[in-house]
Amino acid sequence: MISLKVNGKMYEVDALPDTPLLWVLRDDLGLMGTKYGCGIGRCGSCTVHMDGQAVRSCAIPVASAAGKDIVTIEGLSAGGLHPVQKAWVEEDVPQCGYCQSGQIMAAAALLAANPRPDDADIDRAMSGIICRCGTYQRIRRAIHRAAAMRQG
Amino acid sequence: MKNIVNVRRNRFLETSLAGGLILAFSLSQTGPSQRFGSSIPSGSESTPADFLRIGPDGTVTMIINKSEMGQGVYTSLPMLIAEELECDWKQIRVEPAPVAAVYNNPLTGMQMTGGSMSVRTEWERLRTVGAAAREMLLEAAADIWGVPKARCHADNGMVFHDSGRKLSYGELAEKAAGMPVPLKVPLKDPSAFTIIGKPVARLDAKTKVDGTAVFGLDVKTPGMLTAVIERPPFFGGTVKSLDAARALAVPGVAEVVKTDSGVAVIAEGFWAAMKGRDVLDIAWDEGPHTEISTNTIRQHYATLAQNAGKVARDKGNFGTALVSAAHRLTASYEVPYLAHANMEPLNCAIDLKDDRCDIWVGTQAQTLHRAAAAAVVGLRPEQVFLHTTYLGGGFGRRGNPHSDFVVMAAEVARAIKKPVKVVWTREDDMSGGYYRPFWYSRFSAGIDKSGDLTAWHQRLVGQSIMTGTAYARRLIKDGVDATSVDGAADIAYEIPNLLVDLHSPVVGVPVQWWRSVGHSQNGFMIESFMDEIAHATRRDPYQFRRALLKDHPRHLGVLDLAAQKAGWGSPLPSGRARGIAMCESYGSFVSEVAEVSVSPDGKVMVHRVVCAVDCGRTVNPSTINAQMEGSIAFGLSAALHEAITLEDGRVRQSNFDTYPVLRMDEMPLIEVYIVESKEDPGGVGEPGVPPIAPAVANAIFSATGRRIRRLPIGTVV
Repeated sequence: MISLKVNGKMYEVDALPDTPLLWVLRDDLGLMGTKYGCGIGRCGSCTVHMDGQAVRSCAIPVASAAGKDIVTIEGLSAGGLHPVQKAWVEEDVPQCGYCQSGQIMAAAALLAANPRPDDADIDRAMSGIICRCGTYQRIRRAIHRAAAMRQG
Repeated sequence: MKNIVNVRRNRFLETSLAGGLILAFSLSQTGPSQRFGSSIPSGSESTPADFLRIGPDGTVTMIINKSEMGQGVYTSLPMLIAEELECDWKQIRVEPAPVAAVYNNPLTGMQMTGGSMSVRTEWERLRTVGAAAREMLLEAAADIWGVPKARCHADNGMVFHDSGRKLSYGELAEKAAGMPVPLKVPLKDPSAFTIIGKPVARLDAKTKVDGTAVFGLDVKTPGMLTAVIERPPFFGGTVKSLDAARALAVPGVAEVVKTDSGVAVIAEGFWAAMKGRDVLDIAWDEGPHTEISTNTIRQHYATLAQNAGKVARDKGNFGTALVSAAHRLTASYEVPYLAHANMEPLNCAIDLKDDRCDIWVGTQAQTLHRAAAAAVVGLRPEQVFLHTTYLGGGFGRRGNPHSDFVVMAAEVARAIKKPVKVVWTREDDMSGGYYRPFWYSRFSAGIDKSGDLTAWHQRLVGQSIMTGTAYARRLIKDGVDATSVDGAADIAYEIPNLLVDLHSPVVGVPVQWWRSVGHSQNGFMIESFMDEIAHATRRDPYQFRRALLKDHPRHLGVLDLAAQKAGWGSPLPSGRARGIAMCESYGSFVSEVAEVSVSPDGKVMVHRVVCAVDCGRTVNPSTINAQMEGSIAFGLSAALHEAITLEDGRVRQSNFDTYPVLRMDEMPLIEVYIVESKEDPGGVGEPGVPPIAPAVANAIFSATGRRIRRLPIGTVV
């Protein structure tokens, strides 16, 4: 049994230690907001927070997530009201929406570390997360908007 | 749900062609629908099929017959209904339609989403649905008050009488369901539109930012297992022998079954299934396609191009015109196989019982996929209940005309008779076929003494995507697959002598449409070669195109708008250059100007793209902007980076490490300008794709003198 703390709740999970955190979240905990896109850490759809850092849950064995503080899209805010989520809606960012959990988690981690990112900072933080619908321009705008929102 | 108004527009096409609109409204209780509107013969089209329900609480549920794959139909189609219904926009809920004939695309006779057709085919039908329901609500209120209907009007979910009395749609719903169906409903003059043509925020945005939107991969019913399928290493291969002992010993693995497509490992979750698949012991019959390589395909196609193909267009006399031309120009172009690479890998969940089968899938082809599943599991299509989820990208892949990802799941369900979700890994998805075909074209042009283009020949070589599909009868004529010559046979430029011919070789690589279909290759090739001719005749590429489009106001409109907004001809920072392209597709016209620089080590940077689109009357300008931005990113990704290649029968790419796609740091600044138009709506999901590759390639030529005749561009050295 592996003890996991996800979105503030403790879970005891019966999984092979090398199971990627992604599949424990989805198949064992039923948290379907975190998406599978590539399984090799190259697309970022599976991005979650681990101790506040944006990480690829497909590339983290569940055993090494034990004792860490994991936050998924479901736990980012109450009612989808994180500034990044609000900015995403206001900029009408999503198209198919599949990658957006990963985009939002990456953007939230960026803003927590860097409250006023410029375009180069955004490129650095966000280029790991692929969007095939091509919403990048709106993501950029939404991050700037969320940054402004957080500074009130 | 009780007290519901059901609107049903039956046999839409036939009846509207006959001049009378017929609507069937039914009061849906728990039992079978009771139908009103006696003009529909009893017994015909007995499937209850609804576009609209109004609940007693005033909730307006719109049942949408098009799949939401990012293109915004769960917003734009409700806008069509709401424009006439006069409901409260905040009360709208969207529900995916079940599979029924009433939801068919009238042009294809099937329920499907593609061809940039959703708004075009629903434009009249859904406004009529909204208008008819509004009339019935008015009728109901007038009846209750004992006043003439003409003294009542509808607004924001309420019916008002001149006296000031009012009733909400929720209060009126039950009574309205019993009102006579209006035989004729007047539709608003477009000048009176209050919703259509205004930017409206997506109705599905919230559910897509809080993780609650359900995609196919997120479906899980009680006891549902997960399967992954090991498929042959070569297209056309089969299982010769299987030893599943080690796989079955993996904790969590429930079953291993051989199916027509390979070997399925069924487990309690994805990871266990993968671990089981890793230790399968399979001997393959490799099949007939172990020799295929991109290099041999290239040589084969170049050889084919030396001989005449099936004629797709023959105007004037190309041969004579070329001989008498003062200058001649020839060039060959090539584009690779492409994967769709939807962010959500393919998947399909299925629960097969003795006399019923439920399928949850992100599909663009409900009618075909339901029928294909029914055939596999031995049920009638009506016994198969297909539930359309959100699609994590479509791009055509999820409308596969051979129903591959649904058939594979149905085969597993037939074997195990337990609820199961078949999941494709990214590697399965990328190396498993159904690509945009590899295309080769050879061009020749003749130019007269004054520098005018007098003769044009394009000879295309590439696989037909429609052969062997339900679309073949309609789209393949005299050996010419119309989609192969999209934009080529119907080239808009006025050229007096024009010849387009086609070879359609059979190659053992599975192919299908990819966002913008034939335009995806022909747009690049034609608009690049056109640029070559412009430069060869020392004309400005924008003015050269203008001169060939004198009587084509809509083409000229977007060309001029893009050039003007991009500052065509004005100075740029050192090292930067512009390229222009223009393509017509799916009833819309798009011109794009790309501003590009090439670094000393050959890296292409696209700094800015100006896009002008004429898609007729606009429904949701916000969606149009988003679709143009997305199309440019999608097309640019392919132009710069993407290629599926084969060597000794094996696909060389398997994931995003070997199949790089456009990322945030390469996203240009995109500006979209929409031409105001009173023409009928055109498509917006695809037409933004074709012009971007040639606009960028033409800009690279202007910047470096290097002509790009093969995609992807990669580095320019």
